Amino acid sequence: MKKFFVPLAALTAAMFAYAPIAIANAPYESTMLLIQKIFYFHVPSWMAMYAGIAVCGAASVVYLFKSRPAADRLAVAAAELIVLFGAIGLVTGPLWGRKAWGVWWQWDARLTMALLLELVFIAYLLVRAYGGPGSDKLAAAVGIFGTAVSPFVYVSVNIWRTVHPLNTVVPTLRAGMFGPFWFCSAAFLLLFTLLIMMRTQLASEQAMLDELYLAEDDDTV
Amino acid sequence: MKVLVVVGMMLLSAQAFAFQAPQAPTPAGQAPPGQSEFIPVDQLPPSEQLPAAPLLIAAYAFAWLAVFFYVWTVWRRLNKVEADMRVFEKRHVRGNPR
Repeated sequence: MKKFFVPLAALTAAMFAYAPIAIANAPYESTMLLIQKIFYFHVPSWMAMYAGIAVCGAASVVYLFKSRPAADRLAVAAAELIVLFGAIGLVTGPLWGRKAWGVWWQWDARLTMALLLELVFIAYLLVRAYGGPGSDKLAAAVGIFGTAVSPFVYVSVNIWRTVHPLNTVVPTLRAGMFGPFWFCSAAFLLLFTLLIMMRTQLASEQAMLDELYLAEDDDTV
Repeated sequence: MKVLVVVGMMLLSAQAFAFQAPQAPTPAGQAPPGQSEFIPVDQLPPSEQLPAAPLLIAAYAFAWLAVFFYVWTVWRRLNKVEADMRVFEKRHVRGNPR
């Protein structure tokens, strides 16, 4: 795993260095013009968040039913990244909306549900940090709950009337926008992979240190 | 002659800039409707008066700051765990577990 880290980091850095050029060369959207270019970071950040939700959900199921510590470490790493990429989406969205809709925030279905999803995973991290012994299993249940809720956030624009653009804008992107969008999405998913590798490494080292201290305590008793 | 060359270059560069600037779409083969009144820029609706560039820059800057802040927190925690491990190893090499 470690030997892939440096080449992956170099590739991600190169992609993010080129991303502003690709975004600048993308055509302006006909009604929103320049402000629509937030799209090239806004949607990929949600994609990275959903990648985190998939990882956290699967790892939480494995931990809850098989009690594998490695799955728990992966779940907590993914949960931190869900909160990070969700925060990017929740901040870049209102900056876009301020110009496009004339308001920072609208309490409509998509925006409100996205905020609640972010709060579910903040709750996951708070349970882990302050829940005391046994909180890892409780947090796994919260992770599964968040994963189960997440598809409703995605389809909310199709079910309820909202000011938010529909999900169809991505599959129907025209040639000039299609390339930069998927390029930025790939860069964000690579960044997600790198960060989860780093965070899982940290969790493994923390677990190793805890085991050493426990073994030391057992020896002295 | 030099003045003519300079003026010519300025006109050409202005033309090039005009081609790059975004334009509102008009249906093919139709002239845009004639403007019926002039509206001062400060009387436009608030959403249209806002410049887009600062919001766009703020969005990208926030994304980068958030990622760099997170990487910094992971790096700091990793350093702390590794320092604790070194302390633990040193203590055991000296044969003094406490």
